[in-house]
Formats: sequence, C-alpha cells, structure tokens
Amino acid sequence: MQIIIVGCGKVGRTLAEQLQEEETDLTLIDTSPEKINSATEGIDAMGVVGNGASINTLMEAGIESADILIAVTESDELNLLCCLIAQKTGHCHTIARVRNPIYYKEYDFIKKRLGVAMIINPELAAAQEISRLLSFPSAIKIDSFAKGKVELLKFKVMPEFGLDGMSVSQISAKLRCDILICAIESKDNMAIPGGNHVIHNGDFVSIIASRVNASLFFKKIGLKTNQVKNTIIVGGGEISYYLSDMLLPMHINVKIIEKDRAICEQLSDLLPGATIINGDGTDRALLMEEGLAKAESFVTLTNMDEENIFLSLYAKTVSSAKQVAKISRLSYDDVIDSLDVGSVIYPKYITADYILQYVRAAQNSIGSNVETLYHILDNQAEALEFAIHEKSPVVGIPLAQLNLKKNLLVGCLNRNGKVRIPRGQDSIQVGDTVIIVTTNKGLRDIRDILER
Amino acid sequence: MNYSIIVYIIGWILNFQAIFMVLPCITAVIYRESAGFSFVIAMVLCLVAGIPLTRKKPSNRVFYTREGYVTVALSWIVLSIAGALPFIFSRSIPNPIDALFETISGFTTTGASILTAVEGLPHCVLFWRSFTHWIGGMGVLVFLLCLLPLSGGYQMSLMRAESPGPSVSKLVPKVRSTAKILYTIYFALTVLEIIFLLLGGMPLFDTLCTAFGTAGTGGFGVKNDSIAGYSPYLQTVTAIFMILFGINFSVYYLIITKKFMQALKIEELRYYLGIIALSTLTIALDIRHLFHGVWETLRTALFQVGSIITTTGFATADFNQWPGLSRTILVMLMFVGACAGSTGGGIKVSRFIILWRALRKELHLFLHPNAVKKVRMDGKSISHEVLRSTNNFIMVYFLIFAVSVLILSFNEFDLVTNFTAVAATINNIGPGLELVGPTGNFSMFSPLSKCVLCFDMLAGRLEIFPLVLLFARDTWKKF
Repeated sequence: MQIIIVGCGKVGRTLAEQLQEEETDLTLIDTSPEKINSATEGIDAMGVVGNGASINTLMEAGIESADILIAVTESDELNLLCCLIAQKTGHCHTIARVRNPIYYKEYDFIKKRLGVAMIINPELAAAQEISRLLSFPSAIKIDSFAKGKVELLKFKVMPEFGLDGMSVSQISAKLRCDILICAIESKDNMAIPGGNHVIHNGDFVSIIASRVNASLFFKKIGLKTNQVKNTIIVGGGEISYYLSDMLLPMHINVKIIEKDRAICEQLSDLLPGATIINGDGTDRALLMEEGLAKAESFVTLTNMDEENIFLSLYAKTVSSAKQVAKISRLSYDDVIDSLDVGSVIYPKYITADYILQYVRAAQNSIGSNVETLYHILDNQAEALEFAIHEKSPVVGIPLAQLNLKKNLLVGCLNRNGKVRIPRGQDSIQVGDTVIIVTTNKGLRDIRDILER
Repeated sequence: MNYSIIVYIIGWILNFQAIFMVLPCITAVIYRESAGFSFVIAMVLCLVAGIPLTRKKPSNRVFYTREGYVTVALSWIVLSIAGALPFIFSRSIPNPIDALFETISGFTTTGASILTAVEGLPHCVLFWRSFTHWIGGMGVLVFLLCLLPLSGGYQMSLMRAESPGPSVSKLVPKVRSTAKILYTIYFALTVLEIIFLLLGGMPLFDTLCTAFGTAGTGGFGVKNDSIAGYSPYLQTVTAIFMILFGINFSVYYLIITKKFMQALKIEELRYYLGIIALSTLTIALDIRHLFHGVWETLRTALFQVGSIITTTGFATADFNQWPGLSRTILVMLMFVGACAGSTGGGIKVSRFIILWRALRKELHLFLHPNAVKKVRMDGKSISHEVLRSTNNFIMVYFLIFAVSVLILSFNEFDLVTNFTAVAATINNIGPGLELVGPTGNFSMFSPLSKCVLCFDMLAGRLEIFPLVLLFARDTWKKF
C-alpha cells in the first residue's frame, strides 16, 4: 500500500512513525527541507520537498499510484486543496485534517460532494475523548465499538474493590454482570485471560460491555461510576470550547479559567451556560477559591504541557477529582505514565489513531471485512470488529464447540442493534457484528479465528 | 556506541563471505585444482567466527549515524582480511600484506595488482579475484540490506555511508526495496554483458571474470595483457559496458519506469558522456600515428578513456608509451571519476558540477556583494549541507593524497610513478603511469607504502569519511 503524507508536523510524523511498522510505502511532503531531512533520517520513507497542493510535487511523490493521501499541514484550506487535486490525478482515498469549525460544520458536503474520504478535527476528537472520560470517570481509557453501543474500558484494580486474589470465573459468578474481562495487564505481563486467571491489586483490567452493564459492574465493585457533576477546565482554547459545548447539555457544571481577557469574553459569548473566570490557572489561591477541593473533575488544557502535568499532580493532593491532562508536545510518555496523573490526552496520538484506523481498515478491506480495529495494551493486542455478511464455518455453531485459536476471545455480539456478551451456547449469525480480542495479529476474516 | 549491533552485522558479513566463497570452490572442482581447499578452509574460518556472532539478535536496537559509519568501515576491513585468507593458504600470494593489498584492491574495485604474471595462477584464485570486484562494486552492505530484516532508521545510515556521491537519494520509499532494485539492475546488466561477450566467442571463464571486472568497474584481468589479446568486437563490448556501469543507476531506474525524458535531462549524465566524447576525440587525434586506421585509433582511445573515467583500469594498449597530451588527459580523467550512484570511483562528475557552479557563484558575489544566489543542479538548488560536505570532501581528499605521495616518495621512485600510484589507488582505477603503468605492477613498493595504498583504496571506495571517522577520537568517546 502506498501512502503519501503531506505535512511533517507533530501529527504527520507520529503517523509516519506508526505506519512504517506496517507493509506500507511512505512518501512525506513538506515545504521545509529541514523537516523532511530530520523525518527521513529516522523514518524509512521517501521525502519530497515542495508544496503538497502543487501537482508537480504530488506527481514527484507518485500520486498516480498512491492508495491514500493524508493531508495534515497547518492550514485547513491547503489540506482540502491537496485532497481535491490528489483525487483529480490519482485514484486515492484522501484524508484531511480540518480544524476550523466553519468548515467542519460542512462535514457532509465535503465528504459527499468533494469526495474527501475522511476529515478529522483534532481538537474536536480530543474533546470527545475527554467528555467520554468525564462521563465515565472510573475508566482510564475508553474505546468504542458498534457505533458507540459497546465500549472497551480499562481501569486499575484498587484494594477497596475486593477483587484481589479472585479468578476471572469467580468474579463473573459472584457479580453476575454481563461483562467480559478481555485483557489483564500486570506489572510486566499482559494476557488475554482464561477462567482461571487470578487478578491482583494494581493490575490494569480491560472489560468489554455496554455502557449500562459497565456502570452496573463498577457499582457492584464499589467504584464511583456516575458521570461527574462539575468540572474545572484550565485553559480556554479550542478543545475547551468543544468540550464545554458537549458537557453543558449533559448538565455538568463547567468552570473555565483563562488568562486572556479577550478569549474569556469570546467564550462567555459562545457558552452562556458556563462560568468563565479570568485569571491565572496556575494561581493556587485562585484554584482553591474556585473550589478545586470540591470539584469532581479537573481538566488541564493549557498550551504548556509541563503546567498541565504539574496542575494535575497538585489537584491530586488537594482533591479527589478525576484529572485529565493534555500533552501536545512532550514525548516522554513513559515518564508521564509513571507519574500517576490520572488520564492523559495526547491530541497528536488521537488524530493519528483515527487516521490509522481508517488506513488499517482500507488495508484490511482487500479481501476482508474488518469494520474497526484498535491496537490495545501498548500495541500487544488488537480488538477487531467484523461484520458477518455470509455463511462461513463459524456461523451457526455454538461458540463452545468452535475450535478457537489460543489467546483469542469473542468479546461481543451485536445483533439487530442489541448488544450481548456471548456465552458458550451462543452462536454467530449472518448479519451480526462481532468483536474479537486477540494477540494474534493480522486477522483478515472471521474465519481466521479458528485454529487451523 | 552500540557495539552489539555492529558486531552482529559484521558477523553477517562473515557469513556472506563464506557463501560467496562457494563459487571459487565450484571453479576449483571444475578445473580439478587443489587450491580449492584453501577456499574451504577460509569458508570454515568465516563461519566459525560469523555464526556465533549472529546467533542472537541484539536486544539493544539503538542505531544512529555514528554506528552506521563505524559499521561500514569495519565491515570493509573485516571483509578484506577474510577475503585475503585464500590467497595466503593457496600460496598464490604468500606474503600477508601483498594478499591484503590484492584483496582490498579487489573489493574496492581498484584492480591494482602486486602480481607480475597472472596467467600462472589457479583458475579458482583468478575467479575469486574478479568476483571480489563484483561484490564490492555495488557494496556488500547494500546487499546485506536486501536480505537482512533490519528495521527502521538503521538502513539509511548504512546506505548513506556506503553509497558513493555527494548526496544519497532513494529510488523508492523503502531502503530495502531500493537496495533490491539496485542489485537487480546490477545483476541484469552483468548478465547482459556476459551474453554479449559469449556471442563474441570469449571462453566462459574469461567472460565471467571480465564481466565481473567491468560490472564492479574493477579491472583485474585473467590475462597478462589485460584485454589487449581479445578481438576488436570484445574490446568494444567491454568499453561500452564499462561506460554503462559508470552511469548513475537511478538513470536506469528512470528508464525502467519509462521516464526517458527525465533520464536524459540528468545533468550529470550529459556532462559524463560529454567528457568521454571530448577526451576520446582529443586522444584519438593525439595518438593517430601510433595505430592503423581511424577505427582502431578511435576504439583504442574510447576504450582507454572509458576504462579510466569509470575507474575500471582495463587496458588494450600500453598508454604509458603515448604522447604527453594523452597521458595528461588520462591522469585528469582519473580524478574526475564516474557518476555518483554508480559502481565507479573517483571524485565523481556531480561533485565537479557542484564545485564549478559554486565557484561561479563566488565570482558572482565578488561583483555583486549583496546578491543572493543558489547553486543549482537538475533544476533544484543544492542545499548548504551538500555544498559544505563537497568542499570538505575535496579538502580531505587532497590532504590524504599529498600525505600518501610524500610517504611513497621514500621508495626513491620518480614523481610520476608515486603521483599516479596514489591517484590510481585513491580513485580505485588500478594502473597508473611509468613503473605502475599498464604493463607494470605495485609489487616493488615497501610494506609501509602498500599499507598506505591499501588505506587510500578503502578511503576512495568509501568516500573517505567513514574510514577517517574510524581514526577520530570523538567516534569512540562514550559521551
């Protein structure tokens, strides 16, 4: 598969780094020779210096035989123009990053009439992820399947849950919840668990469940599950606006702290329901005055990564709020993870992940029917959603009788819009969508779940 | 410095060396020569050293430019030492320094020999001599890149360190695919030459050795008089293929992908062919009284010009006896060298184009002190980094050249001999003038001088910097 990436910024590079691991031929385009040089130094890709909207540059990058063009430059207009020109010359799918809300509102037109296969707004995507976390504060990470009906949630096992030393089958017997434990990460080990797998304090457990069942499960183990009632947001950028716009209709009290007076006034104009505070978010007294101690969630979205981390750490000491910190530039993920700052949002990864999903689906769609694909657990496992269109050896036979591969779980059946966690006597039917969690990479068809 | 990965790659080099030696073994079996056993011993030694080193892939995957340069330089040294073993074991070249000189001369595609007569040597040894040209021509690490699954940024640092030319560009996005394409073109052109030579009635053994020598632009022959004894047709074929192998391989890639116009527009190619045409005509006029007929004169001139500019070093005539003008032109061609990205050596045509235009820019700036002007080639402006490294290359090149000539002059030979001996080795050509001319050889130099010439050959093939870095203290510093 040949992929052209226009724009070698944060997102472009992250994408290229992840795509080079797969069977792809990458070409990077940027106007800055320095950026191209430093990118091709570390990434096995061809670099072309030039304007990505110029037909000559695109030809030089091989647009005629490319399969996908991804435009992630600074400018929305340039991205869209790149996509349009690319479609006229080649037969490729195009993906554009579009930030400006004015264009983003015309999503349908751009997609249908201009033929851009996918447009992505990083700020909006980040806001969506934060809002999901706030409405489900117990989870560290949430991915959704089946158009949002099913979720894959990751949480940390705490001593107060009383799960320490229990096996997976004991847990399901005791709690009687319709959930599936699909992965367990302990300190340096990660497993797709069988019934006898024992859980310890400190493990990270991922479950698959519908949202209702997941909150039931969390209630039973004694974890706070209700969505937060209020939130303090530090920083008044684009993400803050999108996020507040989502939270206010959910009846969540929003307080935004922003330094710049002009931005404050703009926000207050756009978000009449929110409380806008003009002040320095790093001011300790101000934070306490605005009720940080009582806040149920605390979201740090300033432009300074260090500030965000530090504020999160501070909030941890004075309140029990759910903390979410945004990291835009820093590449010390492992260090940040070890700091225990709650949930961390990386807009560049979110954007890259969205695009990667599309690319993988396109890659997989050659002779396969993968609908969604997530790399979970630090890329060691995959969660795939298959649509069952035709009869095959896996259809109609109870799961208990199928000879499934090792380290593979049938996580969820979605039939006629109803979601259920499959048991041994259930069987897959034509028309279902099925979620498979596995460490065996490269599944292309539902038949591949069977042991050969 | 990540030593484990360097050792791992060198281990693979040794393994491949052992595989390469299978071919001379087969030759020995065909001609029933006992010298074949020396290859078997050398193979076993390579494997004994190589297999334990490659058994486990190192966990430390850190690989930066520094590791790339050191790996390339060390690989070539290890390759040469291991390649010299059969010469010593078979007693064809008993002296270790002479054997090393001969091997380095082979792998670096120089073709300078310390042997006074080659016709008496066993066939398998002759075959190995020529085959080292073929391996060294395109580069052994590029070969390694095709086969070893090394992931990520590694590959580019290796390729950059081994490939000749002022800047390295990939043909296709992936280094590995690029390496495969390069070797396919190389292989196909070699096969094509073998077919043409066989059609001209050359014996199979001579054909293979000549084709290897041409492809790598090396120049070891299997006859004492190099190519002079073959028919005019065979000489013409060899001359044409020498010139073809001196062309940047990306030209062939453009031709394969049907971009003919783009291929023809490459400035380096135009200058390269232009220099060949002009030199051939001048030399032909100069030597017209030595030969009979226009065609013989032109053919001899073309062969010698092609042989020298592509740094092959085959000879059809003793150009040491030619008039002064012709000899001077040939010595100058030694420095020009072939195109970047080919198998040839020398300073490279593209570097001269860049330098010439940089000089014009400098003159322009004298007249218009505030002017802003870019040095351009192939319609693109040359980046400051490439310009800087080209200038430094020339500087270091002539520094090494001067020091080498100085050390050689302790042998008490005449200046032309010393000068052309260094020119012929650092540019990977082979024969020089006077004592080291087409009929002479390098055996009379002292061991120290031979070591210096070995260094020059390696420095010339690897374009100086990888080898010089080996001797820089900073390279080995921990911090």
